[in-house]
Amino acid sequence: MEAKKKKKSAFSRYSAGDKAFLLVGYVILALFVLAIIIPMVYIVVASFMDPITLQNTGITFDLDKWTLTAYERVISNAQIWVGFKNAVIYSLVFTFLSVAITMLCAYPMSLEDFKGRKIFNVIFMITMFFGGGLIPTYLLISNLGLLDSMWAVVLPGAFSVWNMIIARTYYRGIPGELREAAEVDGANELTLFFRILLPVCTPVIAVLCLWQFVGMWNSYFDAMIYLNTASKQPLQLVLRAILIQNQPDAGMIADMQSTAERARLAELLKYSTIIISSLPLLVMYPFFQKYFDAGIMVGSVKG
Amino acid sequence: MKKEGKMHNTLTYVMHHWRLYVFFLGPALLLTIIFRYLPMGGILIAFEKYSPFKGFFGSEWVGLEYFKQFLSSPDFISYLVNTLKLSVFGLLWGFPVPIILALLLNRIESSKIKQKIQLVLYMPNFISVIVLCGMVRILLSVTGPVNMMFNTTINFLTLPEAFRPIYIISGIWQGAGWASIMYTASLANASQELKEAAQIDGANIFQQIKAVEWPAIKDMVVIQFILQAGNIMSIGFEKAYALQTDLNLGASEIIATYVYKKGLLDGNYSYSTAVGLFNTVINLILLITVNKVVEKMNDGQGL
Repeated sequence: MEAKKKKKSAFSRYSAGDKAFLLVGYVILALFVLAIIIPMVYIVVASFMDPITLQNTGITFDLDKWTLTAYERVISNAQIWVGFKNAVIYSLVFTFLSVAITMLCAYPMSLEDFKGRKIFNVIFMITMFFGGGLIPTYLLISNLGLLDSMWAVVLPGAFSVWNMIIARTYYRGIPGELREAAEVDGANELTLFFRILLPVCTPVIAVLCLWQFVGMWNSYFDAMIYLNTASKQPLQLVLRAILIQNQPDAGMIADMQSTAERARLAELLKYSTIIISSLPLLVMYPFFQKYFDAGIMVGSVKG
Repeated sequence: MKKEGKMHNTLTYVMHHWRLYVFFLGPALLLTIIFRYLPMGGILIAFEKYSPFKGFFGSEWVGLEYFKQFLSSPDFISYLVNTLKLSVFGLLWGFPVPIILALLLNRIESSKIKQKIQLVLYMPNFISVIVLCGMVRILLSVTGPVNMMFNTTINFLTLPEAFRPIYIISGIWQGAGWASIMYTASLANASQELKEAAQIDGANIFQQIKAVEWPAIKDMVVIQFILQAGNIMSIGFEKAYALQTDLNLGASEIIATYVYKKGLLDGNYSYSTAVGLFNTVINLILLITVNKVVEKMNDGQGL
């Protein structure tokens, strides 16, 4: 009740013209929110449709026409699970390596008196604006013997200058007394880092972990060019075959008699694949929401 | 003498803090040199007729031949135009949306409602490019809901003129909410007292925005604009490729997809590297120019 009253009074402070303007604004915001929700709800509902109904009349809320066929087929398909397993492995390894390397590197780069800081900074910054490009990188990976290996996907992007800058900014916000107290104790940098610094860096670590995990989980380009063996492909490549190339794993639709039936089923499988593959991240991210602000330190990139 | 002393100081520092160089900076520096700097050397193949059999040093030197070749090809010009149109229009349409969203969110008094809206707004960011493009293909397919709604049978993905709107609108759908975080965070720093004072003074909503909110987000707007405008040429491969069909290539073939096809699919390494290098250099020039222009407009403050 109290909150409601307060809200009303806040709104009533506005003049009539402002109120009208604000209402228009709220309507725009509401429309934007609806525009996000509606396609998602459509996909969810459609994923439960019986394929013939979906093709002929579209979605219906008549529950008799609902079925779990598509989910059963996707869940019982081995290729999807291989993709899942690979995506989990690649994303976890990448996230761990990347966040560890970034947090480590950001520490000396955050120290005013670190000798060579300026030179290293230039070395890192150049890579943000200039690079060898696709083919030279591909040839390098190939010469290193990393083709068709997880490391080709995981290593090249493991150090991100951008994230290092964010972590560096975060370190600089930590009170100097914390560090000095430890230095007096004669602790070396490693002890200092793991015992004193890391524990107070949870927000920035959480945000970087989320970003890196999501980034790896959702990307497909590197996997597409470097990994050839089907058993090494991450989820996004399996999805690509189903969603973009219209070529689901043969096992998923092979038992259907006619081409038309197969096509209908292939179409239906798209919906359930979308749901199953997107669910883990969509369930996970709200738990990280409170840390999002820590990632906003990019604002202080300057200097 | 003085110089010697300085050298000596540095040496003592490095000896004393060797862990900072080996454990902290080492991994990041190693990755940067291997995966960022070595490929830069590989750019040389743009100037030779590279053959994997003759190798990097044995291939015939051809100078600028490949650059002349693509700069005089009408196809290349059209890909360049496609790239520019896609990102310039994407920037013009997409850039203001997160700012507007953040300003509207900022005018919602109830923090509970605000948080729920944010949860929805951020959601699409966690959907992968493949799933997004899969959804687009489903929703816009000939038998899909959009066509059903209007009782039409338009195959949007085969129309070159539909490609850019699809790309840009889906981009706003996916990214605008997430991008608004940065502005929301900056707005949180806006002085509440200033806002109340402005309200008591009888300032209308436009005057309030101009006096309170705009100063709070201005720096962020400038940084974001420089970064995005400076990245106009590096528009991503993944989404354009996933929305490509044989029939919409007229609008959807951009430099990134062209480099991939020429280089990795056709095996034309040197040509592809030359195109990639051209792209990187243009991008670099753009970034510097944009930064200079903004500096002039923004009282000497750039990136």
